[in-house]
Amino acid sequence: MTAPLLKVRDLNVRIPTPGGVLHAVRGVNFDLMPGEMLGLVGESGSGKSVTLRSLIRLHRPPIQMTGTVEYGGKNLLDSSESKLRDVRGGRISMIFQEPMSALNPVLTVGEQIGENLREHKGLRGKAAQDRAAELLDLTGIPSPRARLADYPHQFSGGMRQRAMIAIALASEPQLLLADEPTTALDVTIQDQILRLLLRLREEMHMSVILVTHDLGVVAQTCDRVAVMYGGRLVETAGVNDLFHAPKHAYTLGLMRSLPGAGEHRRPLQPIPGGPPDLRSLPPGCPFAPRCEYVTDDCRVGEPPLLEVAPGRFSACVHYSELPALKSTPEEVGV
Amino acid sequence: MHTSYVLRRLLQIIPLFLAVMVLVFTLVHLIPGDPVSTLLGDRATPDIVARANKELGLDKPLLVQFGLFVNQLLHGNLGESINLKIPVLRLIGERLPVTLFLTVYAAVLGVAMAVPLAMLAAVRRNTWVDAVIRAVFQVGLSLPVFYVALQLLTLLGARLGWFPIGGYGENFGEHLFHLFLPALTLGLNLAAILVRTLRNSIIEVLTAEYVDFARAKGLRGSVIMTRHVLRNALIATVTLLGLNIGALIGGAVITETVFAIPGVGRLMVDAIFGRDYPVIQGLTLMFALIVSLVFLATDLIHARLDPRAELS
Repeated sequence: MTAPLLKVRDLNVRIPTPGGVLHAVRGVNFDLMPGEMLGLVGESGSGKSVTLRSLIRLHRPPIQMTGTVEYGGKNLLDSSESKLRDVRGGRISMIFQEPMSALNPVLTVGEQIGENLREHKGLRGKAAQDRAAELLDLTGIPSPRARLADYPHQFSGGMRQRAMIAIALASEPQLLLADEPTTALDVTIQDQILRLLLRLREEMHMSVILVTHDLGVVAQTCDRVAVMYGGRLVETAGVNDLFHAPKHAYTLGLMRSLPGAGEHRRPLQPIPGGPPDLRSLPPGCPFAPRCEYVTDDCRVGEPPLLEVAPGRFSACVHYSELPALKSTPEEVGV
Repeated sequence: MHTSYVLRRLLQIIPLFLAVMVLVFTLVHLIPGDPVSTLLGDRATPDIVARANKELGLDKPLLVQFGLFVNQLLHGNLGESINLKIPVLRLIGERLPVTLFLTVYAAVLGVAMAVPLAMLAAVRRNTWVDAVIRAVFQVGLSLPVFYVALQLLTLLGARLGWFPIGGYGENFGEHLFHLFLPALTLGLNLAAILVRTLRNSIIEVLTAEYVDFARAKGLRGSVIMTRHVLRNALIATVTLLGLNIGALIGGAVITETVFAIPGVGRLMVDAIFGRDYPVIQGLTLMFALIVSLVFLATDLIHARLDPRAELS
């Protein structure tokens, strides 16, 4: 069996706030295989984006990150700033949710790609220009050479996201971290960007971690899914397994709250209540207060993430009682 | 690049000029006293006064005098100084370079102090470093320019003897040396204004997502600070700098008097005391022109720094 590209162990992120320390990520563990596309899903405040950002130690003090993020035999969370910078943007790149605010408004797109090429590929001048145009072309931007001199505000929303992807891919990374890359886009553009990511993953042999709150996006693109709730992973599974038979009551709730398509149209079943307050969690399962399967066992201690079937992990006391679903990724995806 | 825009802005100076002309002509003649009695003193006999007034054209009705003034101006002539008997244009030509030198010098010193200190204060925000920088400049901002000038003059000039207490010098090096204290005085005042704004914009930019994206690209801290943070933070500051350079040129009146610098500020003070109408009028028009040009330059620089800005 091949070794994982990235090993995350006991990742914790603590954010000091005026109202107390917010324990946003609480002991997250997962492996990422080379070439794998992993979906990290959860609702707002579940800690998915915070987790993603801590993989390249992007949080700044006073935010605290502990645990290990092992890449290439080193723990990125305690390597020196200069070693980290080689990995950051070099071997591991990241794209953000809102390209309008993530691209620098006063630098041309060409300059912003050029920075990466200089830092990680040692390319300058004409060679950098050529490569930058190639990258824009690769991400499907028409007349790429002319557009290098344009500023971000001269691009449309979808084009901006393509440009950001081009910047991130300039260093030919092994791993792309994508933080809700399609949330700010309308549906048709969203589809194009997802297809682009899938194509680029094939062509560049990258792994991708895709953070999203949209199960449809996951169904369309990912190999494996990790579901987050209250700062913890509550279930991980192959994408087909997850959609056929969720093994966590929260995942089941998420599936039921999705609108079905075509003949399978049925009333939506929203999950009652709201996400937990990470400053004061009750003992036991963080989902218990909103869960229809809840029993006293759920409130005793926080259930650990255990392997419940080959390749499937769940932190649900009642995983075996959950019904299978008829939904398939294809159905959810469209 | 923006040729038509620049042309339009230059044409806008014409109505401004007309307004300034009317205003300054009226104000000058409203000041009690007149050049002849100032020049000749109390003991001049009425017919000497009358003859002098006739010679200078001051006996004509005001409207006629204004007409003559405008006519002169249209021929590119600002008239002749009553007290010095030198064409006003030549006076300006001699004195203006001194004032411009002082202004640019002060602006350079001010920016050189403001940018690093604002960066330091922003990066170390809410620490004692930040508190000290802000407190010092807050005090600097509330002290009047003439007071700071006198203190610097007494300490660094008279007591320690490090710098000359006045004059302008003969060559570039001497100008730098002679004008150091006045430029420092004005520069400190400017820096105090800039540090506040720049610190706040740097702090704001530091939280922008493109700074996180730049960090995620693996760029080194110094590159992020200069290319990404400072370039964006300077946009707001440039406008403020432009506005204050206008004020700086006006402020030359005080500084040049305190430091005995032969610039247009001193000339203006002398002209007002001597009721030298043509000089006052000529200098005011010149100030208006320079300030308009500085504002135009500011807008052009702003447009260069911020590609989103539309010149219209």
